[in-house]
Amino acid sequence: MRALEPWVEVPLQTFLDESSARLTLLMTSSGQVVAQHGFSRSLDVMTAAALGAGIGASTEELARLMGSPRFEALVHHGARQSCLLAGFSTPRGRWIGLVVFGPETSVGIVQLFFDQMVQQLASAAPRDQPATPTLPENFEHELDASLKALFGR
Amino acid sequence: MTDAQTVLDRVTRVTRVPGVRGALVASALDGLVVAEQLMDGVDGRAAAALAGSLVGRLVRTAEGAGRQAPAFVQLRAERGSILAAPCPDDLVLIAVVGPDANVGLARLEMLDAASRLA
Repeated sequence: MRALEPWVEVPLQTFLDESSARLTLLMTSSGQVVAQHGFSRSLDVMTAAALGAGIGASTEELARLMGSPRFEALVHHGARQSCLLAGFSTPRGRWIGLVVFGPETSVGIVQLFFDQMVQQLASAAPRDQPATPTLPENFEHELDASLKALFGR
Repeated sequence: MTDAQTVLDRVTRVTRVPGVRGALVASALDGLVVAEQLMDGVDGRAAAALAGSLVGRLVRTAEGAGRQAPAFVQLRAERGSILAAPCPDDLVLIAVVGPDANVGLARLEMLDAASRLA
């Protein structure tokens, strides 16, 4: 597990221990990666973050069209593995969690501990540093720096 | 196939046993709530996820050991118990009971309800 900011590590590690998730990616709503577990290639993280942020934006727009509040979570059930995509608010802005899990756990367990992680992140987030949205002109640089930090190269 | 009202009726019968703080039917595979009747303060989502997972694993363990799946599970704790009865169609009937509960009667009601949830 690698996280860009130290305060994310404990809540994320607790979630990983309890949920038995295979892959986990935490990102901002614009697709900037905050933490990852289980990915071995930075290209996979970049692709998953871009797709996750895109799906998050699409479902939020769908919810808006339907005149309802945001969807809390989207779950794809697969035969061998499933995927949970959920947006949540943090003191550092809106984030998205992407979790891939297999039959060794269940969607109920993953959702339960994901919600606990969201609460722990809200408590652990430093209050003195407001959310800094990534500007389009430095997005590529930020993404590159994030991936280098997450993969240690 | 049992309809939703019948499932809820079975759950309600279990909650009438003295000391039962809540009962629910969950999907053992997904750990999601199917029907619930709970007192305030009982987290049905957590019970469904954790007890559903536990029962699913117990059933697989028993089958892996060449034994029949358990018909009833009691998990005793300091301040009460979690009771669970596997049902057909990968469902599990779960009851959260206090320390003063009539566990024997709850067990009878749950086994009866589980046999009818087909």
